[in-house]
Amino acid sequence: MDPVNIHKGIVIPLDRANVDTDAIIPKQFLKSIKKSGFGPNLFDEWRYLDHGEPGQDNSKRRINPDFVLNIPRYKNGSILIARENFGCGSSREHAPWALLDFGIKIVIASSFADIFYGNCFKNGILPIILDKATMDKIFTKVEAKVGYEITVNLQKQKIYYDSEITSFEVDSFKKSCLLDGLDDIGLTLKNKVDIENFEKKYHESFPWLNSGEKLK
Amino acid sequence: MGISLYEKVFNRHVVRKDEGTYLLYIDRHLVHEVTSPQAFEGIRISNRNIWRKNSIIAVPDHNVPTTDRTVKIKDPISRIQVETLDKNCEEFNLLQFKMDDRRQGIVHVVGPEQGSTLPGMTIVCGDSHTSTHGAFGAIAMGIGTSEVEHVFATQCLIVNKFKTMRVVVNGDLQYGVTAKDVALEVIGKIGTAGGTGHAIEFTGTTIQSLSMEGRMTLCNMAIEAGSRVGLIGVDNKTIDYIQDKPLAPKGDLWEKAKKDWLGLVSDEDAKFDSEIKIDGSLIEPQVTWGTSPEMVVSITSKVPNPADFSDKTLSSSYQIALKYMNLKPETPINKIAIDKVFIGSCTNSRIEDLRAAASIVGTKKIAKNIKLALVVPGSGLVKLQAESEGLDKIFKNAGFEWREPGCSMCLAMNADKLGPGERCASTSNRNFEGRQGQGGRTHLVSPQMAAAAAIYGKFVDIRELN
Repeated sequence: MDPVNIHKGIVIPLDRANVDTDAIIPKQFLKSIKKSGFGPNLFDEWRYLDHGEPGQDNSKRRINPDFVLNIPRYKNGSILIARENFGCGSSREHAPWALLDFGIKIVIASSFADIFYGNCFKNGILPIILDKATMDKIFTKVEAKVGYEITVNLQKQKIYYDSEITSFEVDSFKKSCLLDGLDDIGLTLKNKVDIENFEKKYHESFPWLNSGEKLK
Repeated sequence: MGISLYEKVFNRHVVRKDEGTYLLYIDRHLVHEVTSPQAFEGIRISNRNIWRKNSIIAVPDHNVPTTDRTVKIKDPISRIQVETLDKNCEEFNLLQFKMDDRRQGIVHVVGPEQGSTLPGMTIVCGDSHTSTHGAFGAIAMGIGTSEVEHVFATQCLIVNKFKTMRVVVNGDLQYGVTAKDVALEVIGKIGTAGGTGHAIEFTGTTIQSLSMEGRMTLCNMAIEAGSRVGLIGVDNKTIDYIQDKPLAPKGDLWEKAKKDWLGLVSDEDAKFDSEIKIDGSLIEPQVTWGTSPEMVVSITSKVPNPADFSDKTLSSSYQIALKYMNLKPETPINKIAIDKVFIGSCTNSRIEDLRAAASIVGTKKIAKNIKLALVVPGSGLVKLQAESEGLDKIFKNAGFEWREPGCSMCLAMNADKLGPGERCASTSNRNFEGRQGQGGRTHLVSPQMAAAAAIYGKFVDIRELN
């Protein structure tokens, strides 16, 4: 996973609440057994006017000119902003994989669904929660200026836009994982002995949870 | 001060506490074909091992066809995904119920059916509807693929403790009102983000009177209220359901387990971060009208008018939803005609769901305007049980198709899907845009309401059929 710290980028405004993971990456693309290649199908049903299937040549498909990702002024954008409860629905990690593959590094919304929020951190995407009033302000600014950019500094937990600065909250463990691009499995395995000791005692205390497991 | 059920189960599993996070031990890991291949690949690439293989049960469900199982899956990409699960389970020597095993089915139906879901456990699966298993007094939650790999390699997850919310439902449910309606009522009340960051415990006399299958339906939908974890305290119904299941403890261990499990309830003086109270006797059969489970009203109501809402985001969401659903504001719900019916999914595909739907069907036939009515049992064992009771005949005589088990048209990853513009009465859990097929329009209802909609070709108040 690539580390994340300071990022400056064009903002893409997706002015919708409850954007679900089915919308972010529709189910037919979940049949892939890889983690990459989902970018061209990010928001597939909103982005194209025809039905998409895996393996299709997306350059030949009918584009929905009204959808924000297809509007020229947001081309090369890397910061997505949206309304509340972004990423609700299924646990599919294909949603952050698709965002990342498309080039999105940061998602800012007034709230996120829990599973999606956690999945972002595992893949080098920073999800930022801002209050509704600040979101309204940023949406207005993005609309007013072509190529509107903002800068995010994770270490300082600040967003810089025009002459304004807004702070954001982030869990310290998740922050350090993103800053260092850490593999948290490796971190957990440093506590291998703790897990082994716990497991032994645990199964002595609750032996019924480990009974009759051989069904084959 | 007393502690809540969530905290009791949580505390048992804390391996270590670090700054702000906990390393939580995982008892049970359920695996399916869609969210696991990249995790297995990660284990291989990093040359790691699977920590505790007998904590894992794998089953293909999302992609599997619901038609003839003796032929291979037609869609080559789906086939590769299912075959990849087979290969991974063989390579790592994991217990799997393959497509041709009669125990195969939807992972959240199979787990409890096999007795692999037990009170006090921590249960994870790369699927958001893992909350289902919370019905047994377990902490069960959906995880992403990175976390699937993390649990494979470490038997643990790094987590934050959730806040707690208590949803108290008291009173007798009216005839024809089910756990599904309770779930939709709760979601309508608190919204799809109402439970975000919380574990929801459902309590009250209404919940006590629900069967275990009803409780699973309710906890299944906790994620639609934003909560990764929904749970219900253990009582004698929980114990009775588990007894004699293949993986349940036996003999002396069973007696010890039972004693422990009956203590898995919130203390009377437990504190919750928030609480909601609902009068169960007032809940009516629910029907969703929009593209989010919170867009729900009762069968006696009308589709709302976006103009009545001053909140701009809400009003605009409603407008977008009505356009997608092709519905006019203030249309009475019982005037909405449908094209297809789906009875199935991890929410409503268990034997009691099928019995309830069949009881509405009786000797009647589906309406002429219904293009397809599907019944997809939750597992091979549910299917066999239903057939032994003659339920398949009731459905088939009425014009329903009786299929093989799997997720099917809940998410339409296999061949079962809605065409553009088709309107469906569905017992599944999500009415998102395109969920059941691109351009498809989903109305979430209970199995009884879906069966009645098939017979009448539109939504009807099943209380009037009594």
